[in-house]
Amino acid sequence: MTQPLVELQRVGVRMGETPILRGLDLTVSAGEIVGLVGANGSGKTTLLRVIATLLAPTDGRGTILGAPLDGEERFRIRSRIGLIGHTPGLYPNLTLQENTQFVARLVGVPDARVGEVLDRVGLAGARHRRAAQCSHGMQRRAEFARMLLTEPHLVLLDEAHAGLDRHAADLVAYIIAGVRSRGGGAVLVSHEDNRIAPLADRVVELRDGSVAERGPA
Amino acid sequence: MTFWRQAREIARKDLRTEIRTGEVFFVTIPFGAVALMLIPLAIGTDAPLLRDVGPGMYWVVILLFGVLVALRQSGVDEGPQLDVLGLLGVDPAARFVGRAGATTLLLLAFELALGPVALALYDPAPKGWGWIAVLIPMVAIGLGLLGTLAATIAASIASSALVPLLVAPLSVPILLAAAQTMEGLALGNTIVGWILLLLIMDLLLAVAGVLSARPLQEASR
Repeated sequence: MTQPLVELQRVGVRMGETPILRGLDLTVSAGEIVGLVGANGSGKTTLLRVIATLLAPTDGRGTILGAPLDGEERFRIRSRIGLIGHTPGLYPNLTLQENTQFVARLVGVPDARVGEVLDRVGLAGARHRRAAQCSHGMQRRAEFARMLLTEPHLVLLDEAHAGLDRHAADLVAYIIAGVRSRGGGAVLVSHEDNRIAPLADRVVELRDGSVAERGPA
Repeated sequence: MTFWRQAREIARKDLRTEIRTGEVFFVTIPFGAVALMLIPLAIGTDAPLLRDVGPGMYWVVILLFGVLVALRQSGVDEGPQLDVLGLLGVDPAARFVGRAGATTLLLLAFELALGPVALALYDPAPKGWGWIAVLIPMVAIGLGLLGTLAATIAASIASSALVPLLVAPLSVPILLAAAQTMEGLALGNTIVGWILLLLIMDLLLAVAGVLSARPLQEASR
């Protein structure tokens, strides 16, 4: 039997005395796309950071891409995870091309691919513009370009549709199709069910840090 | 190979950002030069006294303003950028080395820019240019490593208030070695001990920075 990409058991996260996640169970199988919906403050972003191994849970246990959440091995699998969070992780004083090239060189991808992926996300004409001078939608596209370069096995998108035009939103579907074809999976977070339901195999609802409901998309 | 490639790309990114923002070249260097000019105004036009205190004042200004070079805003990776680096599998130690390398190069430029100002204002008539050519990069390396380590610690506890408390005691041996080397050269005394002290400080800071990089980065999330 194939090991799940994500397997969380009774996971909890506390910030000081405040519980953010409580006794949460979640499994994402290979090739599966899971939608995660919930109101503001329900713990969606926190859960995504736990899955990205960027935040250690205070309770429970689990594995991500086979690596235990609390072991040293999680550092080795991080490069197989792609996360697009609320705030773009671009360097504002570098151009879109330099930002993409920076990632390409860090992961050992040839520079020639940079032009290809920028072209694919529709940023070929804006490649010499600094990130700080770009709209939110353009910055998002640049992040999609970086994700196309790194080809992660587990894709995590936090409100990735927010502020995107239709063409850019199609990129989300393209990225998801790519990760599925590689045998990977994805977790899509949104507070709007209708944005992610068409893309997801099933949708999980978070309420006050716990899974409230689940079912097919 | 990957480690050094990552360190080189981090350094390249930091230097490119500095060239765009001009934080060091257009703010810190002019302020450092002004600080060197203010000291003779405070002391008065006592040429022999200025000649005596000149090298020491130069190193004090390099230390105080050098910390600002190390802590420059343009060299800070914000939370989302740190997440990106983490998820790209960038070794935190490579990030430390890259960032310290970029800071060292900027500090070297800072030292070289302020050198002629100090020579013109204090007329110290330094001797032993060969040793000074060794001393200047060693101080830049020490301060670059120290500043980068302090900035990393500050990020991990989300407070920059601790930086002066960390930097002040650890920079004393560097400042002492730099000033005493210059004095030793002027008086014709042996300076090997002071150069060795600098070398040991540089090595200790490099080891501390590399070993603490991962836990400090994880603590800063």
